[in-house]
Amino acid sequence: MNLENLRAKLISAARNSASDERVPYAFEKRVMAHVAQNPVVDLFSLWGSALWKGAAACALITVVSVALSVWGFQSADNDEDAFETVVLAGADQLTQTW
Amino acid sequence: MEQSDAELIAAVLKGETASFEPLVARYSPRVFATARRYARRESEVEDIVQEVWSKAYQKLASFRGEAPFEHWLMRLAVRTCYDFLRSHQRSRETTFSELSEPESDWLDRYVNDPGSASEDAAAARELLERVLSQMSPAARLVITLLEIEERSVKDIAKLTGWSVPLVKVRAFRARAEMRKRLAKIAKEKYL
Repeated sequence: MNLENLRAKLISAARNSASDERVPYAFEKRVMAHVAQNPVVDLFSLWGSALWKGAAACALITVVSVALSVWGFQSADNDEDAFETVVLAGADQLTQTW
Repeated sequence: MEQSDAELIAAVLKGETASFEPLVARYSPRVFATARRYARRESEVEDIVQEVWSKAYQKLASFRGEAPFEHWLMRLAVRTCYDFLRSHQRSRETTFSELSEPESDWLDRYVNDPGSASEDAAAARELLERVLSQMSPAARLVITLLEIEERSVKDIAKLTGWSVPLVKVRAFRARAEMRKRLAKIAKEKYL
């Protein structure tokens, strides 16, 4: 028996049969019900929104830091004088001893 | 006026889930025809097609619109069918005694006079389905795409994600595997 010929004959039989494109009634409704249970997770939009939130947090921290440094600069003058007096007090006493 | 695929896809990606339904209605006949080449039971066919649409919906954002939506969908369909074949792989071999009467008669007619065995016979298609169902998933897939659907090697490489040389090697092995299965049946029946 010529097996290659038999094989070709069987393949030809399959080629000659029309493809069955029947779709069960309301199949698209079934798909939509399934899809509704599993909403799309768009990783790019998730990543984008996370980036915007991060940027907003950074801007807020920058504004707070600037505000604190400006306010702190104005009130620091008196503290600096007091700090200098304390540090140099020992040196003043040393000068008087000599 | 009917909306184009691109318009429907853009709407789905904006969050209008209902716009997916016309796409399902438009392309389901093609997906069903593909799934029926790999699964026999109608419940299995429906499960495969539902899986294809579920994947299509989940991966819709990755569709870039460079090729028609149908091509992208058919790649998903073929790969889902291949996954189905792998998960339902059967190792049992058919023996001659398991052939149905029409299959056995068709084979008799072919042996007596190869020209008289009709190519349109349902028995021939059943016999082929029986042989294909015994083959490895890759062999069945490549025989179906290359010989039954008469697609090019390049086209099959795109559909399956395999390289062109791999498709050629698998096609060569698949033909040999098919001849081996047929030889086993013929040997039992006629020797």
